[in-house]
This record gives sequence, C-alpha cells and structure tokens, in this order.
Amino acid sequence: MERCAVIGVGQTHHTSCRADVSIAGLVREAVDRALTDAHITMSDVDAIVIGKAPDMLEGVVMPELWLTDSLAAAGKPVFRVHTAGSVGGATAIVGAQHVMAGVHGTVLAIGFEKQSDGNAMWALSVPVPFGMPVHAGAGGYFSPHVRSYIRRSGAPSYIGAMVAVKDRTNALKNPYAHLHEEGWTLEKALESPMLWDPIRFVETCPSSDGAFAMVLSNEERADRVEGPKAWVHSVAMRSEPTMFAGRNQVSPRAGELCAEDVFRKAGITNPLDEIDVVEMYVPFSWFEPMWLENIGFAPKDHGWRFVEDGVTQIDGRLPVNPSGGVLSTNPIGASGMIRFGEAAMQVMGKAGEHQIDGVRKAFGHAYGGGSQFFAMWVVGADKP
Amino acid sequence: MRSQAKREVAIIATAQAPSEAYTSKTTVELLVPVVTEVLARAGMQRSDIGFWCHGSCDYMSGQPFSFVAAVDALGAWPPISESHVEADGAFALYEAWIKIQTGECNTALAFSNGKSSAGPIAKIMAYQLDPYTVAPLGPDMHAVAALAARVCLETGVVSERAMAEVVSRSLAAAVGNPAALRKGTVSIDELLNRPRTYDPLREHDCPPVTDGANAVILAAGDVARSLCERPAWIVGIDHRIANQRFNLVSMTQAESAANAGDRAGVGNDRIDFAELHAPYSHQELLLTAALGLDATRVTVNPSGGALCANPQMAAGLARFAEAAERIMRGDADRGVAHCTSGPNLQQNLVAVLEGN
Repeated sequence: MERCAVIGVGQTHHTSCRADVSIAGLVREAVDRALTDAHITMSDVDAIVIGKAPDMLEGVVMPELWLTDSLAAAGKPVFRVHTAGSVGGATAIVGAQHVMAGVHGTVLAIGFEKQSDGNAMWALSVPVPFGMPVHAGAGGYFSPHVRSYIRRSGAPSYIGAMVAVKDRTNALKNPYAHLHEEGWTLEKALESPMLWDPIRFVETCPSSDGAFAMVLSNEERADRVEGPKAWVHSVAMRSEPTMFAGRNQVSPRAGELCAEDVFRKAGITNPLDEIDVVEMYVPFSWFEPMWLENIGFAPKDHGWRFVEDGVTQIDGRLPVNPSGGVLSTNPIGASGMIRFGEAAMQVMGKAGEHQIDGVRKAFGHAYGGGSQFFAMWVVGADKP
Repeated sequence: MRSQAKREVAIIATAQAPSEAYTSKTTVELLVPVVTEVLARAGMQRSDIGFWCHGSCDYMSGQPFSFVAAVDALGAWPPISESHVEADGAFALYEAWIKIQTGECNTALAFSNGKSSAGPIAKIMAYQLDPYTVAPLGPDMHAVAALAARVCLETGVVSERAMAEVVSRSLAAAVGNPAALRKGTVSIDELLNRPRTYDPLREHDCPPVTDGANAVILAAGDVARSLCERPAWIVGIDHRIANQRFNLVSMTQAESAANAGDRAGVGNDRIDFAELHAPYSHQELLLTAALGLDATRVTVNPSGGALCANPQMAAGLARFAEAAERIMRGDADRGVAHCTSGPNLQQNLVAVLEGN
C-alpha cells in the first residue's frame, strides 16, 4: 500500500446563508484555498472525489456532474460519495484510498453543503414511501438515544450543556466556524429552550452553508512539497442496519468495530494516551460522551465524567473539537470532512488560535444515518 | 496508457434481477434475491466479503438517504465494511476495485438498484443540469438527448438508418435475455416508419422505464482463481468526465469515453465484444467511435444493452455483469464493459475484461 498524506486544506467561512455565491462558487472557494495551501494547481490533480449529503438539500441530482465545469475538472476522474452524515469522512477516506491503492498520485477530496439553497428540515424528513414517517428532523430521531444514554450511564442532566458551552466557546477561536457567540456559561446554557427533551437549542448544531477541500498525495509527491503534512496512518469504515431487535443504538457495534480497526491499523493500543486531539462528529452535545465510550477513549458509562472533569476541554488531556465542532458549524455534507481536515490541520500546525501544542497524532470521526455508518481516520506528523 | 493497477482483480460472479416496467417491490425486496444469488453463485458466505459498495440515487425514490435501507438486504451483522456512491453501481464496482488495490481486502461485492418507475424519471434525471440557468428551462432527459441527436444527424456523424440498425440489432440480441424488457425482431424499415416522439428520436431510440437490480463479486488473484473456473479479469479500468454545459462540449464526440477507453487499454489488443451503456441509439454510435471499436469485428451489446433495459443507476453495472458472464462462460476472451452518467455521455467508465 502506498503512503498518503494531506498536503493542503481549505475551507469557506461557514455561515447560515452565502447568498453572494452559487453552489459552484462556494465549492471553488474551498478548493482554491486547498490548492494554494498545497502549492499546486488544478492541473496537478489526478482525480477528484466529491461528497455531500442528500441531493434534496439543494435540489440538484448528482451535482458533481454540473460542478465539473466550474471545477475545471473536465478530462479528470470525478467520483461521488454519499454515505449519509458520515459522507465527509467517507469522502476523505475514498480519496485517500485512491492514493493508497497506487492508482492516483494526487487526489482532491471535497465535501460541501449549501443548505440555504433548500430546506434541510424538510429534506431530512420527507414522508417515506414505504414506511412510517418520523417528521421529527434529526433531533427528534436522536433524542431517545440520548435519554437512553442518560438512563444507562447515570449522567447528570447538565453534561450536555457543558459540552455545548465548550464547543461554542472553542468556536470563538476558529474564524471559519459558523457560530461566534460570546458569553456562554453553564447557567445560561441550562436556560436555553428545550427542543427535543433532553436536547436544548444550544445543544443543537446549526444549519450551514460551507465547503471543505483537502489535497491528498502519495509519498513521492508529498516529499516534494515544502511545509508540514498530515500522514494518513489508517482509515476505517463500518456499517450496520438501522433497526433490529436488541440493537445498541447508544453505542453501536459498528462504531466500536470501526474504532478497533482504525487503531489496530495505526498501531495504537491505548488511544487515550496516544491520540493528542480529537475531532468527532457531535451534532447534539450529548454525543460527545456517547462517542468517547463508543470509540474507546473512556470506559463504559464514564464518558460524561470526562466532560465533567474537563478532560475534553481545549487545554484538557484529550481535547475534543477545539474547532468548535459540528455544534458550531454544520454544512452536512462537509461536516465529516471538516472533522477529518481539522484533525489534519492540528497535525500540520495550521489550526491557528485553536491549535493544540505538540500534536503528533490526531483522530477524525464521522457518523451518519441512524448512528449506523462510521468513518474514522488517524493522521500523524510522522510517516506511518 | 493503462491504469497503474498492482493487483490482479476479477469479476467472479454476477446476478441480475429480471427487469420489469413496474415493480411494487421495495429496495430491500429488489436486492435480497440478487445478493443471495450472487453469493450462492460464488459459493461464498456474507462473512467472506471484505468490502461492500452500493450505487443508487436518492431522487429516484423521492427519499433522502434511500440507500440506508439497502443495508438491510446485506445481512450487515456483525457490522460490515461498506460504502455508497450516488451513482451507477458501476462506480461502486470501481470503488470496490480501488479497495482491493489497497490490499485491505481480497473480495468485494458491488451492487445497485434502480426503480425508475417510482417517479417521473425523465424529469428527475434532468435535475442533473445547471440548477440556475438550464434545469429551470424544464427539459427532460429525452429532450436533452434529442438535442444532441439532432446535432449528430445534421453534421452527418450518424444517420437515422444507422440509429435504427442499432435498435433492430439490440432488440434481436435481447431475445432470450431475462434481464431485458424490450426484445423482438423488428426490421429497420419498420422502425423508421414509426413516429418521432422526441424529434429526431423515436420511442425505440430512447431507453424504456425499467426497474431492476444487480450485484457482482470481485476477487483478487488466487482468491479469484480458487472460486471461479474462468474469472473475468479487469485488465484495465478508468473513468473520465467532460464539461456539462452544452456550449462547452462537443455533442458529436464522446470525449471522456475516448479518454477513459484509452487509459483502460481498449486499443491494446483485439476486442471480441463490447457491452456499452448507451441509453439512446445515437449514443452507441458515438461510443463505438470514441472507443475505436471496429464495428465489423466487435459484437456490440450482445445482451441488448440499455435500449432494452435501463434500470437507472443499475444499467451500467448490468453491462459489467453481462460482459463478465460472457467471458466466464467462455463465449469470448476479451471485451469492454462501459457505464455512462450524466447528460449526453458526460461521464464514462470503461473497463477491459479478459478471460485468461
């Protein structure tokens, strides 16, 4: 297998409505920044892998076809990935695997969503032709999982609000984050309106317009580029069905297996000690303690204690989402790639004000569907 | 120039659902039989598959995340290594091929489903066009194809008779193919006497609304040899895209098909047959020219092709299944499998399959 490194990243300033640009303009903004960061041009790119969430969010079927013109991608392979909310992570992985397979030397991976072009709540809740409609949006779908976690783990009710305050505060250090809200405190967060009990308004992700792009290169090309790189140490994906009797929806087996696989391939035996920073997919605050346990950073029923003890704070033992995370920025199709890309930025020392000191290995995580599709990678400063 | 493949990979088994003009089956009901059949044909268990990849399109079922239910058809427990492309299943096959090339697995199952009858498919596919300036004009996919066919006819690149020849041959070839919807013996003159529906296209120049599903299993090197007497080796595979905007592209040449075919190595050796994903009759002529296939020596679409059955998002993988079966049966030694995507042959995936 060829070695693969992230040699450049770029993203838009994520916001609720980029009325000043088309979908193509939004995507180009991230792409141009990534190419500039990697010191290359589009002519150096061998293949493009594009991911986004359901096409109904913007109303364009397979928009990568139409985007070819504005990406100057004609003559190249353009490949489309769609794995629900995990798609941004899956897209980075599929892009990396084109390089690891030895098929292409330099791959541009792109994730985007321009949610203001449509109505995400509608698009995520349209009546299902052959099943019972939920009509509750993602929050309504996931709140029972959160309630179950609280009941099983005995977590105090304020843990979710603590995560929200941390992520919204971290976002103040990230100029690209969608939400820049000053002055969040635990007391204020607990007064935030309840949307889907126990998920409060502040504990919920926004709906964003945004794009993220990264340049992935093989070793030969990465070595030629000056500046820091993030070497891909391992990638993994796992899927399981949405519903069946006895399924653990709070800590899905697919997530556990995916984490075991990605750490094993990266030669990591103690993730808590060996991973320096984590960017995980937390669209509702309570998913931070839930995923800490599912991934194996925290023992079962102890994820909330990590939150309470400040382990996941930006200056904690295991900083989680120093970028502000999905809770502060959520262009759905890009959100997973932002996690993977922020992990790479931490390794490359390019995270700016939210940079964690001395990062050698970082973990990127994304999930989708009914907590059933998982994508993860480990990136490091050293070659694997 | 061939793709830089390091591992030998072959198609070792295929399964296709019989095509229907309308099925009341759900995605899961469509997929369970083909997944079960392809595993049985390879003599494999679900747990023997190292990677799964699915191709489908949300808009066809009018449902976001429509592919999620497909996981139910796989028996994905314990959890599996799996991915999905919002594209034809042939692109899922490509991702599976990439995955095997990384060395992370030796086997993969690619599958796709297309229930074209679930909505106004010709209008839905036109939502692939520029959402700001072209799609709002309201063309459907047949009208877009007719536009290109008109240019091809007026420039003399194709003739109406040549298009009718393609249809007549395809319909005759489809007799006996359970995966084909349209079939029969119809003379060229009879076809030319039929009315034009999307001038200059006639109904038979356009693909039938088709519901279908299919699956193929890929395996590497000795694993393929141990599971299959005569694997269909993928000796070259590549895909390329062209611009979409009508004033930026040639409507008389399938440039990205020529490019992909060149890189897949179509011209490197004698080709016995080609399974071309040409939903419109004039497109088969453009593809044959772009791939440099000698129509007098190469059997084109012995299955009947997409003119006889076109389950959207599955019709490209169907070409791979048909081509692989032909080689595995020993009916041919070397053939081309092809998939197109987007309006007017915008994107093309080409592979060369070999029986040795």
